[in-house]
Amino acid sequence: MSTVMNHPSVSDAMRRRSRLFMVAAFAVAAVAFIVIAAGGINKNLVYYWTPTDLHAAGDKAYGATIRLGGMVAPGSIKKLPGMSSLEFDVKDTGGVVHVKSAGVPPQMFRENIGVVVEGTMVRDGYFKCNRLMVSHNNEYRAPKNGHPVDKKQMEQYIKDAQ
Amino acid sequence: MTSSLGRLLILLSLLVSTTGAVLGYAAGWKKSADGLKWARRFAFTFSLLMIGATLVMEYALISHDFSVGYVAQVGSRDVPLWVTLVSLWSSLEGSILFWGFILAAYIAGATWLTRNEHIEYMPYAIGTWLFSGSFFSFLIAGPASPFQTVANPPMDGPGPNPLLQNHVLMAIHPPFLYLGYVGMTIPFGFATAALLRGRLGQSFLRPLRNSLLLPWIFLTIAIMLGGWWAYEVLGWGGYWAWDPVENASLLPWLTATAALHSALVMERRGSLKGWTVTLVQASFLLTILGTFMTRSGVFNSVHSFTQSSIGPTILVFLAVILIGSVTLLALRIDSLESDSRFEGPLSREGFFLINNLLFVLFTFTVLIGTVFPLVVEALKGKQMSVGRPYFDSMVVPIGAVLLFILGVGPALPWGRASKEQAKRALLPPLIGATIVAGIGLALGVRNPWTIITLAFGGYAAQVTLGQMWLPVVQRIRRGDSAGHAIIDSQLVRGRRRFGSYLIHAGAVIVIVAIAVSSTMRTQQEVRLNRGESATVGGYTFTFTGTDVKQEPHRTSTLAHFDVTKNGRQVAQLAPRMNQYAAMRDPLGTPDVHTTLKGDIYLSIMNIEGDAVGVNVILTPMVGWIWWAVLLMGAGGIVALIPGSRAVALQARSESPVIQGDEVGAN
Repeated sequence: MSTVMNHPSVSDAMRRRSRLFMVAAFAVAAVAFIVIAAGGINKNLVYYWTPTDLHAAGDKAYGATIRLGGMVAPGSIKKLPGMSSLEFDVKDTGGVVHVKSAGVPPQMFRENIGVVVEGTMVRDGYFKCNRLMVSHNNEYRAPKNGHPVDKKQMEQYIKDAQ
Repeated sequence: MTSSLGRLLILLSLLVSTTGAVLGYAAGWKKSADGLKWARRFAFTFSLLMIGATLVMEYALISHDFSVGYVAQVGSRDVPLWVTLVSLWSSLEGSILFWGFILAAYIAGATWLTRNEHIEYMPYAIGTWLFSGSFFSFLIAGPASPFQTVANPPMDGPGPNPLLQNHVLMAIHPPFLYLGYVGMTIPFGFATAALLRGRLGQSFLRPLRNSLLLPWIFLTIAIMLGGWWAYEVLGWGGYWAWDPVENASLLPWLTATAALHSALVMERRGSLKGWTVTLVQASFLLTILGTFMTRSGVFNSVHSFTQSSIGPTILVFLAVILIGSVTLLALRIDSLESDSRFEGPLSREGFFLINNLLFVLFTFTVLIGTVFPLVVEALKGKQMSVGRPYFDSMVVPIGAVLLFILGVGPALPWGRASKEQAKRALLPPLIGATIVAGIGLALGVRNPWTIITLAFGGYAAQVTLGQMWLPVVQRIRRGDSAGHAIIDSQLVRGRRRFGSYLIHAGAVIVIVAIAVSSTMRTQQEVRLNRGESATVGGYTFTFTGTDVKQEPHRTSTLAHFDVTKNGRQVAQLAPRMNQYAAMRDPLGTPDVHTTLKGDIYLSIMNIEGDAVGVNVILTPMVGWIWWAVLLMGAGGIVALIPGSRAVALQARSESPVIQGDEVGAN
């Protein structure tokens, strides 16, 4: 262990006590950090869901940040009066979710295309979209009817769309 | 033919590096000078073989030899030469070969520079480097195999990912990132050598510190280039999204920065040796973890992960290194005993300690947020990510306190400071803090965190400039001429010190610019017909029309905008929508007008006939980040160049306890 060359007067017992104190302080700080970090993560989780997952989640969907991936249902796009707000349905094999979006839609936005909408379910029964993303990935193909959404691919194409 | 030659070189480099690693460790164990000589020869041979293999691949790419697997995957006859050259790192298999190439260059350089020194440590260091070399040789020979022969070579290939071709920064960013990442192998080797030898003498600090500083410089610039690229290309107007790929590059930077600071305490006070070594080991581990996360495809696609065994192989390597490092640290950390005692929190080393704890906290914050989704997915099969607010809310306070420490620490003397001393050092910079925060308030800053950051930034700026100025004043008082005093104190003798304060100055500007640019941003989506205009943040944007530009590999539609303020023209911007041959969907490229005050950023959402939907983003100070990071890099280079002071320092540092001198050589 360390030798004390310039402070021979400091006793070993005192040093042991101060070291114990340091270790205890460190442990307390570490626990506090873990609690804060875990709380922070828990509050800010972003779920990657399909319409099926969203329906299965029930009440959990209200207020949670969700990236909802699916296909724009044919015939569901309604441009609302005003600059750029629109409504449409996102669907997969197991369900349909009604989405309201306020932003300018990206160039590729159209019926039957794979989209990811980020936002949350509101109590009025629709999905409030803050961000609408369409594939920029040449490898991505919108899920065909009868096929589930490949979520890993969805994740990738969210990243490309950013 | 070419692919066989490449495979042969890789197999030989696997053989040479494995043998060299065993030889190195054996030479260290037996303290054999001959063994060390042979280990060095093996290191140089490995480097030659690996660099040769990379040149073979470049030759195959340039000559469009589609019988080589990797060329068939990313090559194309239609792309410009520079794209062909950088195709080496455009895809997974090639980028691992590129890793091998850079590792080879680093190993050769480090072995050459230490040829006459540190003979008690070098066998272990070379052994460790070659161990890493043998792993990457194995990865290239087996799981990645870019040199695989294609039985029926195609006439032409698809070319690299269009995102790579979209901006020239994508050609510069990866090499810098790799130079930063791979370079961490060298200090890792030195630290492992110190642990294996059970001693870390003062003379060995210099190679440890310098070998850490060089990759740190590259990594610092690489992180900035990545952010700049995202800003210039991706069209959402930001430079950092806490994406796993970004986090992977930040994590080793954080621990390496902490290690550079604790190495200073180690040099001055002889303490924190085990801690510094731990941080160096952690930096290397985090580069491997980062490679696993970004290169194995765990975050991208389940397919690339299951199809290739690269990911699992890297994971095994990571586990081996982690277990090895922890075991070694547990067994040997006590032998790197500290020579001096911690004297009190109100001292420079006290603040170094706080700095280190904060960097570690920062690292854990980012690490947990990045790895958590992976763990949940592995355990529960559910997919999620940790949202930006988590990172922002955790990192902003840590960053603010770090900036505070950056100001207070250098103002305090080494050893225990008396109350009087502390007052004299800590009170004057409050003027700087008040001035900068006042300017911010006058210009409309209202976010409390931004105001705090500005105040801390002003404080730190005054301390940093004061510390840079101090040795000049001291020399002038001693009777030197002003010019001589400046040159002598900053560039000849105090070069390391001057370099570190340049880095600090850059860091202060970066943190302030990040705070201002992320909280003072104006963003608005507008839809305009031709001839119409909209006003955002005092600027008037007039859409004057579109035109189409044809290039060999893409067709671009440009939307032209006139930007005016109070009737005076400020800029003409032309964001574009690009259609690549290899891609079904169009890809936008924003256009940016950068001024000292801030950026005007236009990004097209969609174009329909005569109407355009465009995202207008006004961000103050964002351009400051890029050049201030370059200033940090320049400071690093200044600190790295050996000065006459370094020699003096080395001689002096052989004595066990070092007392601080009046100026401090840092």
